Amino acid sequence: VKDSMRGLAVFISDIRNCKSKEAEEKRINKELANIRSKFKGDKALDGYQKKKYVCKLLFIFLLGNDIDFGHMEAVNLLNSNKYTEKQIGYLFISVLISENNELMRLVQQNLKNDLASRNPVHVNLALECIANIGSKEMAEMFAPEIPKLLVMGDAGDTVKQSAALCLLKLFRTAPEMVPIGDWTSRVIHLLNDQHMGVVTAAVSLIEALVKRNPDDFKGCVSLSISRLARIVTSSYTDLQDYTYYFVPAPWLSVKLLRLLQNYPPPEDTTVRNRLAECLETILNKAVEPPKSKKVQHSNAKNAVLFEAISLIIHMDSDPSLLVRACSQLGQFLSNRETNLRYLALESMCLLATSEFSHDAVKRHQETVVTALKSERDVSVRQRAVDLLYAMCDRSNAEEIVGEMLTYLETADYSIRGELVLKIAILAEKYASDYTWYVDTILNLIRLAGDFVSEEVWYRVIQIVINREDVQAYAAKTVFEALEAPACHENMVKVGGYILGEFGNLIAGDARSSPSTQFQLLHGKFHLCSPPTRALLLSAYIKLVNLFPEIREDIIAVLESDANLRNSNVEIQQRASEYLSLARNSTQDVLATVLEEMPPFPERESSILAQLRKKKPAVEDAIRARGEKQQQRPASGAADGAAASAAPTAATPTSGGGGGVKLQGDIAGAESNTDSDLLGLDFGGSAPAAAAGGGGAGGGSVDLLSSILDVGVSSSSSSSAAPSAASGASAQRKTVVVGAGASGSIVGEENWHKFVCKNSGVLYENDILQVGVKCDYQQSSGRIVVYYGNKTPAPLAQFASVINLPDSSLTNQLGIQVKPVGDRVGASEQVNEVITVDCMAEFSACPLLNIRFVYSGVAQSITLKLPLTINKFMQSSEMDSATFFQHWKQLSQPEQECQKIFQAKFPMDAETTKTKILGFGFSLLSNIDSNPANFVGAGIVQTKSGNIGSLFRLEPNQQAQMYRLTVHSIKPGVSKRLCELLETQL
Amino acid sequence: MIGGLFVYNHKGEVLISRVYRDDIGRNAVDAFRVNVIHARQQVRSPVNMIARTSFFHVKRSNIWLCAVSKKNLNAALVFQFLYKMLEVMGSYFGKINEENIKNNFVLIYELLDELLDYGYPQNTDTGVLKTFITQQGVKSQTKEETTKITNQVTGQIAWRREGIKYRRNELFLDVVESVNLLMSPQGQVLSAHVSGRVLMKSYLSGMPECKFGINDKVIVESRRAADSSSAAGATKSGHIAIDDCQFHQCVKLSKFDTEHAISFIPPDGEFELMRYRNTKDISLPFRVIPLVREIGRTKMEVKVVVKSNFKPSLLAQKVEVRIPTPLNTSGVQVICMKGKARYKASDNAIVWKIKRMGGMKEWQLSAEIDLLNATDKAKKWTRPPISMNFEVPFAASGFKVRYLKVFESKLNYSDHDVIKWVRYIGKSGLYETRC
Repeated sequence: VKDSMRGLAVFISDIRNCKSKEAEEKRINKELANIRSKFKGDKALDGYQKKKYVCKLLFIFLLGNDIDFGHMEAVNLLNSNKYTEKQIGYLFISVLISENNELMRLVQQNLKNDLASRNPVHVNLALECIANIGSKEMAEMFAPEIPKLLVMGDAGDTVKQSAALCLLKLFRTAPEMVPIGDWTSRVIHLLNDQHMGVVTAAVSLIEALVKRNPDDFKGCVSLSISRLARIVTSSYTDLQDYTYYFVPAPWLSVKLLRLLQNYPPPEDTTVRNRLAECLETILNKAVEPPKSKKVQHSNAKNAVLFEAISLIIHMDSDPSLLVRACSQLGQFLSNRETNLRYLALESMCLLATSEFSHDAVKRHQETVVTALKSERDVSVRQRAVDLLYAMCDRSNAEEIVGEMLTYLETADYSIRGELVLKIAILAEKYASDYTWYVDTILNLIRLAGDFVSEEVWYRVIQIVINREDVQAYAAKTVFEALEAPACHENMVKVGGYILGEFGNLIAGDARSSPSTQFQLLHGKFHLCSPPTRALLLSAYIKLVNLFPEIREDIIAVLESDANLRNSNVEIQQRASEYLSLARNSTQDVLATVLEEMPPFPERESSILAQLRKKKPAVEDAIRARGEKQQQRPASGAADGAAASAAPTAATPTSGGGGGVKLQGDIAGAESNTDSDLLGLDFGGSAPAAAAGGGGAGGGSVDLLSSILDVGVSSSSSSSAAPSAASGASAQRKTVVVGAGASGSIVGEENWHKFVCKNSGVLYENDILQVGVKCDYQQSSGRIVVYYGNKTPAPLAQFASVINLPDSSLTNQLGIQVKPVGDRVGASEQVNEVITVDCMAEFSACPLLNIRFVYSGVAQSITLKLPLTINKFMQSSEMDSATFFQHWKQLSQPEQECQKIFQAKFPMDAETTKTKILGFGFSLLSNIDSNPANFVGAGIVQTKSGNIGSLFRLEPNQQAQMYRLTVHSIKPGVSKRLCELLETQL
Repeated sequence: MIGGLFVYNHKGEVLISRVYRDDIGRNAVDAFRVNVIHARQQVRSPVNMIARTSFFHVKRSNIWLCAVSKKNLNAALVFQFLYKMLEVMGSYFGKINEENIKNNFVLIYELLDELLDYGYPQNTDTGVLKTFITQQGVKSQTKEETTKITNQVTGQIAWRREGIKYRRNELFLDVVESVNLLMSPQGQVLSAHVSGRVLMKSYLSGMPECKFGINDKVIVESRRAADSSSAAGATKSGHIAIDDCQFHQCVKLSKFDTEHAISFIPPDGEFELMRYRNTKDISLPFRVIPLVREIGRTKMEVKVVVKSNFKPSLLAQKVEVRIPTPLNTSGVQVICMKGKARYKASDNAIVWKIKRMGGMKEWQLSAEIDLLNATDKAKKWTRPPISMNFEVPFAASGFKVRYLKVFESKLNYSDHDVIKWVRYIGKSGLYETRC
């Protein structure tokens, strides 16, 4: 009776009955004064009274009032042996005592005592309190202790459960404090515990720990699969307390499935089959009629199902499961529950990226399209758009883009921008007919001009310029679009550019005569913003070139004060320059200066980059597939990109200086957006490009990357590099030294890239960029090493030394160096030419040691020179008979080298092909019976003779493994080739 | 252009909701409740913008009265109206609380129809409203009566109807002042002002014209300039400088501007004739001298002396001194010679009540306060000021009624026949002394 705390109940009901805030405040003040006088009073309070008053204080605190006394009394309660008193004490402390309170010491002492207690209830209270406070200090203090409780043999279930959750909390606040020890392996076995609560808590903990070091917990995979199997096969009556609305242990199942997503599919087939069975059972259960009409039942069931599906997607290995998952999701698409539809669409997005289920997803296209039209929830519509984007391929592109366009008219403003980008990308990516592409984009500008970013219309212009077959059509369509009474500014931009370039192609038609074209454009002139006006002026001067008969009209426009004396400098300058160009030059000069734009270099669409920036996660997954499908060797295409940009900009400069600008509009802006959107910091390069053929410009180290092929991204930087600037004064210090490498080797991962290609950046830090470009002819090669100084200060005492780590290399390789000067100026670039002769086959790799002094500190960098035996290999073609003949000849044990290894990169046939060709082997088709296998041949050429080599590569998609066999005349060669090729796959 | 008017109880439940314009939707009711009444942090501003809608509110006991508008309107007008409306409701059914509002809600809607028309304030005069909105049963009005009402309401003197007759012509005049003060512990006046009201209750027959004279400097001086010959030797003392004042609508402002005379035809019954404010030469009725001593961290001693500062013949009533105590007070012992003093835990203050106090007296209270050691030492007690309440029978500003003359030409009574009562009441506003 005494434990009922009547005073507290009365107080709470008083508070509840208060009519106003003021009344409540008064009551609280009264109570606080009462408690203060009680705590102050000389009469000692007994545990019950203390508990009651601490409880009241807690209640008052939770009502939003400050409490600044009573902490001591709460800590005193911890010493009590009564459960309720201890509990209230801990509750007060975890709610009210801040981390840096001086009482914390006392609290920690109490916690220690309780953790060591024999009474499991006390241990539990302490664990709960530690977790509730969960501070860094707590982690420091207790993280090493708690694991012991967790794996202690005789600890009770509840203690284990609390210990696991407490440790999880501490791990989240301070991962570094949680020790790694032998307990980790024993934690896994908690998955086998009898008590479901312990298992649930343990799974949460393990999932967090796995993220830190997955290898330590590999054992949990099979354990959790067997646990999962036991749950899914059990009927809902088996698990009693852990059955939630007829679903057996839904939380545990979800956690287990999530845990499994941290690992690749199990290698052991029995385990894998078991997992597959589990997943199948879950999918089966989804189809069963529901055991209850309650929403909790279906929620729990679907939670497990969705987690299972994401595991299936994660494993991405079992086609039948993927297809089943897809059809199951398809049913959800028309479910009444909005959340389900959302989740279904989201998961389908991921399914669409898997090669197995892509087609299955495509079957639901119609449902998705209707969802897009009839869905009320905007977030679901958004997902539907994502899914349409993900499921789009060449076969359905036109249809999907059409649907998206119709949807665009009614779409919410929040998703229009993204939708526009997606349409633009799909239209470009899957355009088989470029007139369709042009139509689509122009439609896009017409429907949602405000949301069409610069990139989109840059892109359409690039494509029109690069494709002769659509130019006339584009000009005609643009002309028609401009005839509309109101058109968007972006449309004017596109129109201006295209008519300026290709207006002549439609001038034959009386309806679009030169003067009509000009009038049409000029009719929009006064409505446009200054940048568009500037662009239109450029278009006009182009029209002067195309149609001399309207020259006078255009001169009149240029001459008008509105342009010639415009407050905008850009417009003013263009007007005056174009005016003198139009007035003074002959037709020939005009024709040269205002020649049609040269084709743009192919490059990755900048739109794609922008979309990726908007939604990184989903987009990456989709892009990964896109690349797999497209198989476009990105690096090759961009080779000339930058190089070509500079000369085109430079050519017409000699004329009036104005002609450059039109190119600058696009090229400059392009490089700007490119570098920005891809998130690369190529500071200074964009302005340099925009300045046209200005030449020297900033001349930063980035120039280096323009010469080299570093991949698509860097191609934006462009400028004529004054690379030869520092050739003259030469105090050569580059020496070839025998043995004795010094310093650790850096840039190892870049080196691997060079096995299959010949140019790129070998090493880069804040100070220096080292690029390499090499070419090989039979047994000799030339390696040009570029050193770029990235700093604003010169690098002094610059010297490079080539070390041969293996003494035998001196005989195998003949290396000659044409060294560089001893100084690399600020933002300057120098190159060093190394000529190499291959005397005999070699396996070691020469090292390049670079020394210099930067801002008074001596620096030394040691790099591996990308010089490998396969560089001297030439591919050779042969028919099947010869191949097998050679293969057999070279099948002695020391001549053969075979390796089985895990794939390091996604197993994609096309990329593999590119890599093998880059490596130096030929690819021979129709030789191996299995078309998935690769076979080929190559001849390593050395001064001492040729070494023929053959190879066979057998990929295993299921296991993500390769078997590589190399046969070669010389045993060392086959081994080395095998090693090298292994690093690339 | 008030768009709508809502009345809420303290829980935020809507008691009255009247929408005048279409631009105010149903959701405005909820918006105010969610963002102001139930706001996490107490909203102190009386004007709130929520979703481009302005909410003006006043709170009377537990009732929230809120005017809503989408337009950019004069906020002072809205508040003036809201206070008028409270006044009107008060005169119809007494205290404004939830129960009274619920009981009279038909009446309130009826009033709201008259007070505002399409959001524009119409007529807020209680006397006039009472002529046609009554709480008695509907009595059928003759045609003459209705035309009479219409003529009166739309006529020049809307606030008084014709044909009023009293056997005894009587009028009452109350000058009610509230004195506000903030004083430093050393007795220096930091700020002081008086806001006063002249309330009038008139029971006069016919359409009398009244003239009202006060001892305002400007009025007196202009009067003197007008007839300089007669009153050349009058003393300058006894005049006060009123900072600003405002009048009931019945006062003829044009006459006030030109002749500095307050002339009016009074409404029948009770009304507020004028309102004024004064900041100079205030005679403070009381002086509080505090003495606070902290003895260690667990004890505090407080001594408070109250001096009355007016003629010994006058008596102050309802004197109450409030001495705030620290938040960690655990016990209080009080000793005082006069009156009753008690520690009120619910207010965190010692309340000292004195029923009556003569002028030029000096009384003292001393208290010992026990403190509990706070765990959090960083927080120091802020020592809020000692506040006081009282009522004295004189005007602290020195305001005096010089004359009130009644002229009724048509009926046969003169100024001498009217019985006039004048009373001065000085009340405390925010009367605080720092300690």
